Formats: sequence, structure tokens, C-alpha cells
Amino acid sequence: MARTPRDTTPDSHAFPTRPYDLVKEFCIALGAVIVIVVILAAVFGSPDEPAVTYKQWAAQDPADLVATTAGELAGSSTSAGYGPPYNTASDGQALGPLTLQKWGGVTTPVDAANYFVIAPLTDAATDPATRSALSRWKGASPDQQTAWASAYVDALGQAPDNDPAKVAAGDYGPVPQLCAAEVRLASTGMLEGRFTTGGAFYGTDSTRSLLFLADGGYLESLARAQYLGGDQWGMMNETGNYPGQPWLWFVSLWYQIPPFSTSDNADVQVFTIAGVLFLILLLVPWIPGLNRLPRYLGVHRLVWRDWHSRHGS
Amino acid sequence: MTTTGDHRSRTEAPDAGNWSTGLARWIAGLVPRGQWLPGRQPAYVASWIYVFGVTTLAAMVVVIGTGILLSVRGANWWHHSAIGHFVNSLHLWSVELFLAAMTVHLWGKFFMAAWRGRRGMTWFTGVLTFAASIGTAFTGYVMQNNLDSQWISTQAKDGLNAVGVGARFNAMNFSQMVLWHVSLLPLVLGVLVVLHLLLVRRHGVVPPIGATVPDGSEEPVEMSGTATEEVR
Repeated sequence: MARTPRDTTPDSHAFPTRPYDLVKEFCIALGAVIVIVVILAAVFGSPDEPAVTYKQWAAQDPADLVATTAGELAGSSTSAGYGPPYNTASDGQALGPLTLQKWGGVTTPVDAANYFVIAPLTDAATDPATRSALSRWKGASPDQQTAWASAYVDALGQAPDNDPAKVAAGDYGPVPQLCAAEVRLASTGMLEGRFTTGGAFYGTDSTRSLLFLADGGYLESLARAQYLGGDQWGMMNETGNYPGQPWLWFVSLWYQIPPFSTSDNADVQVFTIAGVLFLILLLVPWIPGLNRLPRYLGVHRLVWRDWHSRHGS
Repeated sequence: MTTTGDHRSRTEAPDAGNWSTGLARWIAGLVPRGQWLPGRQPAYVASWIYVFGVTTLAAMVVVIGTGILLSVRGANWWHHSAIGHFVNSLHLWSVELFLAAMTVHLWGKFFMAAWRGRRGMTWFTGVLTFAASIGTAFTGYVMQNNLDSQWISTQAKDGLNAVGVGARFNAMNFSQMVLWHVSLLPLVLGVLVVLHLLLVRRHGVVPPIGATVPDGSEEPVEMSGTATEEVR
């Protein structure tokens, strides 16, 4: 291996000096930052698009809520088949032979059909029709439950405008009644509270309420309207014309280009690339070749042009 | 009445086994004498690029200050209070300014190869500070309790879960994100910034690439301590 040249950078304390007031510089910078921030805050404010509620979802896009509920019952929703850390329905994404997602384990268990649909309806339903539908569902075998719900999911997909009222006749068991009851419960505004608290007094974990919301298409339609979609540089952006998190470009960038934009393992691939790039940046001083790159780029001559003009380069 | 022991403690050198004096000597030796807040800097410190380091620090002070104001009234205050919303706006824009200044500072130091002259750990702590800042900002975005936080957290979870991190760091768990944002990550960030500043003052500002000490300059300042790293 070729030896890199020894660092011959002289001690900075040996150079001639000039007056410099660090404290004054900080105070001036602080004052300037405060003025700029106050002006920006006063002129532009900050975005605060209200959070989506299940009540809003039920009112604005009930067909999507019905389809999402049916998907949870059929086990075909994103959450139901997610894998770790929510369940063991799949191994999740993999990087070659490395199943990093599986290694993380199941730490937030989610039984989608029961948690998102059956349990809240069991707690809240008082009408005989819903109670009867619940009894029929609970009395059926898992295979029968899946067959009913899957058939209803397919029928919804083929119905005009995915409208539950226009679904073709079929053997869906109690699934249509359960889905309609879920929409009625969401309309009362009580559903997110049920998900967030999980039966406890203090609701501090919003994981499950967000999972169910993200399983549907309503949240995504609102996000895409605000240019927040994954192929729209996703989480870098914020609602409205605000800068968002531009520093996440080195993550979002990879989602926009092949093969990552079409990969089933895009997340693990992109996060791995971002991690490797970060490690390279972190270890630049000790990476031969890269640690000497700035010498050849020449930007340093601009920074120290005053010194070089006086003392030569 | 003065004892023999009292008299000896004032006249003899500090005991080599004394933890207190040892710690005091170690702290004093971290930075060369007179270099904690010197009144002069090397003559080559004359460029606008140097402003971005101190601007980052100043913006961080504003970020912390506005963050404390937001914390006093709780996570939802800014949604239903005009004053709270303005404080949130101050917090947002100070964060934007903080990370913008830090990014310019970081790339400026890259182009200056600022890790030269045993400054590898200065660069290392700086990049770690950048990463911790991104993490702190991210946790702030996902604890906003609005459409932004709903969307960002549900999107980010897939990447975090895919690499196994989401099993422990759950972007959709509101209370966990609040605690990381206002407690754990600021603590990490604070320690890193202190270390970074200490290393900057210890080694001084990196000289220009290829520069040599002009004839007739003073001798280097004596530095004690335990710096052992050497970047080649």
C-alpha cells in the first residue's frame, strides 16, 4: 500500500497574529440571527395544516375507509403484511442476505384485523346488526374470514368509483356490515382515541392510529396535494411553501432514481447508502486520497487568497 | 492556631495524588494558555467563511431559547395560541438558519481540509454534531401534531424499520419523539458542541494549505494534555 505523505501542517500558534474579538463576533452574529429570524417568522410564519382525523376521513372519503377496513380484515393491508416491528407476516425488506428488519424484532405488535376493526367495534357497538355481524365473524374459521374479506376487497376494487353501495352481490359474510360500522364509529370521532390509548387512561403512543391512517389512501391523497409524495421528494418537504428539511436531500435523492425508485427493498437500500455516505464524510480525515482532495480542488485558495497574496502559495 | 499541616499545604507543590488539583491541571491543559478566549487570531483568519461557524453557534442559541419557550406551555400550545404560533415560527426559522449555516461551515472546512495538523477529531465531532442536528430536527418535525408530522412519520418509519432501527426508535410514537427532541438529542448535541469547540480552541484555526510559518514569527505556544491523534 502506498504511503501517504506525512502531515506537515505547522502549529497555528506559531503564525503571526492580528486582533480578533471572538466574543464580540459571537454577539454580533447572535444579534443578526435574532433579527433575521424575527423577520422571517413575522413575514412567513410556519405551516400548521391540521392533523387528519378519522371523523374527517369518514366524512370526506368513506369509500376509502371501507376499503381500508376490508383490507385489514383480509390481511392484505400494508400493516397486516408488514412484518417486523409490527408482526411476523413477512420478513420485511432485506439487503441481500441481511434481513435487518427481521433482526429488529417485533416490538410493537399489531394484529391488524382485531386491533383496527374487531376490538373497537366490540367495545363500541350497541346496535343488534353490528353485534350479530361481530358474532358471525368471531364464529367463523380464519380461512372463512379471509375468504369473505378478500372477496369483498376484490369486489370493492371492481365497483364503480369503489363505491360500497355499488358492489356486486357476493358471499362477503358479515364484512360489509363490519366495514359500515367502522365508518359510523369513525364518524363519531371516537376511533383515534381508542387506537391511541389502547384502553389506557393516558394516550401517548400514536403508532397504531397512524398505521391505520397510512394504510388508507386518504392521507396520501392529502399529502400528494401538498407535494409530499415519495416521488415528490417526500419527507423533505412541508405543507405550504416552506423549506422543510432540505438537509435530507441525501436520503430523498435516491428514492427518485432507478433502481431504487422501483425496488421492493428501496428503503433498506437507500438508508444503507445514506449511512455509508455519512461514514465516509465522518472518516474523511483518515481516508487516503480523499483526505488530500481539497488540495487539488483549489477552493482553499479563495479562502486564503489574502494570505497567499502576501506570503505566496 | 496554625498547624504544621496548614503551613505545608501553602508552601509545597500540590500532591501528585490529589484528584482535585489533578483535575484542575488537566482542565487547564486542555487548551494552551491564553487560548480559551484569545484577543488575537492567526493573520490568515481573514475570510467570510469563518463567520459561518460562529453563526451556527448563535443560531443554536436561538433554537434552544425558542425551544425552551415552546416547552414551557406544552406540545400543543402553539396550535391554539397566536403567540405560541409565532414562537413556533421563530423556532422553525432559527432551525433552518442553524442548519444552513452549519452546512456552509462544514463544506467550508472540507474545502480547507481542516482536519490537517492533528485536527481529525475536530472534524469528527463536527460531522457527528451535524448528524445529531439532523436527528434533532427530524424528531421536531414528527412531533408537530399536524398533517406534516402524520405524513413524515408514516413515511420515515419504512426506512427506519427496514434497517432495524424502527424497532427501538419509533417515529410514530409521539411521546418517544417528544422526549428525544427535548431531552436526549439536545443533550448529545450539547456535549458534541462543547467537545468541538474545545478541540477548536485546543488546536487553533487550521493554517492555509501549504503555508509555512514566516521567518521571525514567535515560537509555538506550549500545550500540555493528552492529544495523541495524528492525521496523515
